[in-house]
Amino acid sequence: MIVAERKPFDEIFANAGKHHKVLLLGCGTCVTVCMAGGQKETGVLASQLRLASREKGVDLEVTEHTITRQCDAEFFDDTTSRLVEESDAVISMGCGVGVQFCSDRYPNKTVYPALNTEFFGATLEQGVWTERCAGCGQCIVDKFGGICPVARCSKSLLNGPCGGSADGRCEINPDVDCAWQKIYDHMETLGRVDELEEIQPLKDWSHNRDGGPRTVRKEDVRL
Amino acid sequence: MSVTTLKSGSMLERVLVSGKFAVTSELGPPKSADVETIKEKAACLKGVCDAVNITDNQTAIVRMSSIAAGVLAMREGLEPVIQITCRDRNRLAIQADVLGAYALGIRNILCLSGDHQRFGNHPTSKNVFDMDSIQLVNVLKRMRDDKVFACGDEIRNSKKAPLVAPEIFIGAAANPFGDPFPFCVTRLGKKMRAGADFVQTQCIYDMDRFRRWMEMVRDRGLHEQIYILAGVTPLKSLRMAEHMRDNVAGLSVPDHLIERMKSAADPKEEGEKIAVEQMQELRDIPGVAGIHIMAIEAEKSVAGLAEKAGLLPRPIVD
Amino acid sequence: MSEDPNIIAFCCHYCAFTAADLAGTMRQQYPVNVRIVRLPCTGRAEINMVLQAFVDGADGVLVAGCEPGSCHFIQGNLRAVKRVGQTKKLLIEAGIDPERVEMRHIAASQGPLFAQVSREFTEKIRQLNEEKRMAPTVAVAQGETT
Ligand code: SF4
Repeated sequence: MIVAERKPFDEIFANAGKHHKVLLLGCGTCVTVCMAGGQKETGVLASQLRLASREKGVDLEVTEHTITRQCDAEFFDDTTSRLVEESDAVISMGCGVGVQFCSDRYPNKTVYPALNTEFFGATLEQGVWTERCAGCGQCIVDKFGGICPVARCSKSLLNGPCGGSADGRCEINPDVDCAWQKIYDHMETLGRVDELEEIQPLKDWSHNRDGGPRTVRKEDVRL
Repeated sequence: MSVTTLKSGSMLERVLVSGKFAVTSELGPPKSADVETIKEKAACLKGVCDAVNITDNQTAIVRMSSIAAGVLAMREGLEPVIQITCRDRNRLAIQADVLGAYALGIRNILCLSGDHQRFGNHPTSKNVFDMDSIQLVNVLKRMRDDKVFACGDEIRNSKKAPLVAPEIFIGAAANPFGDPFPFCVTRLGKKMRAGADFVQTQCIYDMDRFRRWMEMVRDRGLHEQIYILAGVTPLKSLRMAEHMRDNVAGLSVPDHLIERMKSAADPKEEGEKIAVEQMQELRDIPGVAGIHIMAIEAEKSVAGLAEKAGLLPRPIVD
Repeated sequence: MSEDPNIIAFCCHYCAFTAADLAGTMRQQYPVNVRIVRLPCTGRAEINMVLQAFVDGADGVLVAGCEPGSCHFIQGNLRAVKRVGQTKKLLIEAGIDPERVEMRHIAASQGPLFAQVSREFTEKIRQLNEEKRMAPTVAVAQGETT
């Protein structure tokens, strides 16, 4: 899923304060799972905005609404559109995709992000999420025991580890696992360590974002 | 000697190929555009070693470019080993710099991953890591031997123009103490197969572990295919010894050395004494082709160390 | 003496709520402005329930649950402690004194303690209201950009 984190309140409030009526638009997919922008978090932020505007004497009316997904046109139903039209601006609780999608849909409204979108990740335990994929466009994790060096090694080394790996930790921070220690350990479990002798060639980054913004087309399902 | 065709013709290569015990050292470029410091440091190292590493934004702190500083050092009579890290430049920039460095007379290049930028003075910057150090070694090897760029294009101005490829002696770093331990030797093998001609190791304090590593290296016959220069850094104080032990990833400083530093009347002198003993010991380990003296910001002390370790005068090999 | 503050007390059915009941039976005096909302457990007290209480005009919110270790639902009260902590942070961001929300542990048998906590909390909130009335209000400039 896409993992995001709420922006500092002051930043959101400063944007909201430029208007009199804002719509807080929550998203029911990834950011609900990572507890950043779902219905609950939308409610919390709405309450905070209401309290802060009352406290600071700012004339601000906040409406809350959460839709299933902000990255699919079909979920922007009539109710949503009406609420958007009735507001001066929208504060999207979706990931960066949702913010842009919403902005595209309502070209006459400013849409502000309420979240900082962080990464594609997994839930480690309740309340803890961690990065697992860098969306490089050419998956190679099978060569590394199912552990992605692009996303999980701090230097994206394909022929790691670097000299900084110590006791299974990455040189950048003792809280970060060294991806290459994990790769080595897992390949050992699989009895495939010898495959790591192979020199991995230069990566073709053109499938990554370095090749420009990407589009996927699946012809058989297009209308 | 004349039968062997040299890859680069650098002094370092010639010393190593002739079977002489090589000595390299290190010169950190200034954190400013100041040329004088380079001249001063160069004067200390001249005649003391066969080649001198010029670091590339070491510890991710901005310094004068290693190529520029290397050329300045060359003017002072040193032979530079230009370090290139993968952190700051992509394959276009690095290949362009390699052509430029070669054109300016540089013959040795050492390939590194590079310390992460979070340690340096620009922790908010973006890193590159378009390739890793092993891939970089291979790019250089293909430039030199196959006379092609990483993309496969030939290194020539036009179809009819001659091939003018950089003839570089290619180095890499080796960490005999890194984790996972058995993989350290594997990585050395990978570097050798990618095209490295020599490696310089991380500084060695734990002689026993280094001996074990060298044994594994010899078991694989790697010492016959790549020159191994053993890294030595003199300890300056007890604090430095403890810092190295506790904070430097993959470095172990054995207790007996800590004890010696603790009880020494003059710790600096004791540190140098230890370094000299180590160099003499390292010399006798089969497969060790040279010493790499890294006296961090203490270029002045290198001559004394080399002298005491019996590494002077340096041979002239043509 | 200034006006009675509006206090909402989210009370766990198994402890604080029973304690409040007991306080009544024991004819203990406690302020009438404390309005009790009965919850099956303080673990039910969502952050936004507390914030919403403030939005709707509460001056203070008390969350009263079982003693640590005696939650009927094992650790609902401990979750409530964490949530009250987080609520305080959110209140600070919104410019509200975090002292206005408080978590207390009151066992079912502690009728007098409930009365005492209610009195003390009411007094604290009354003072905060007083201080706020005296403090100069800072107006925030509001742009008209849309
Ligand atoms: S320590 Fe491990 S994870 Fe960190 S940069 Fe080096 S190889 Fe990558």
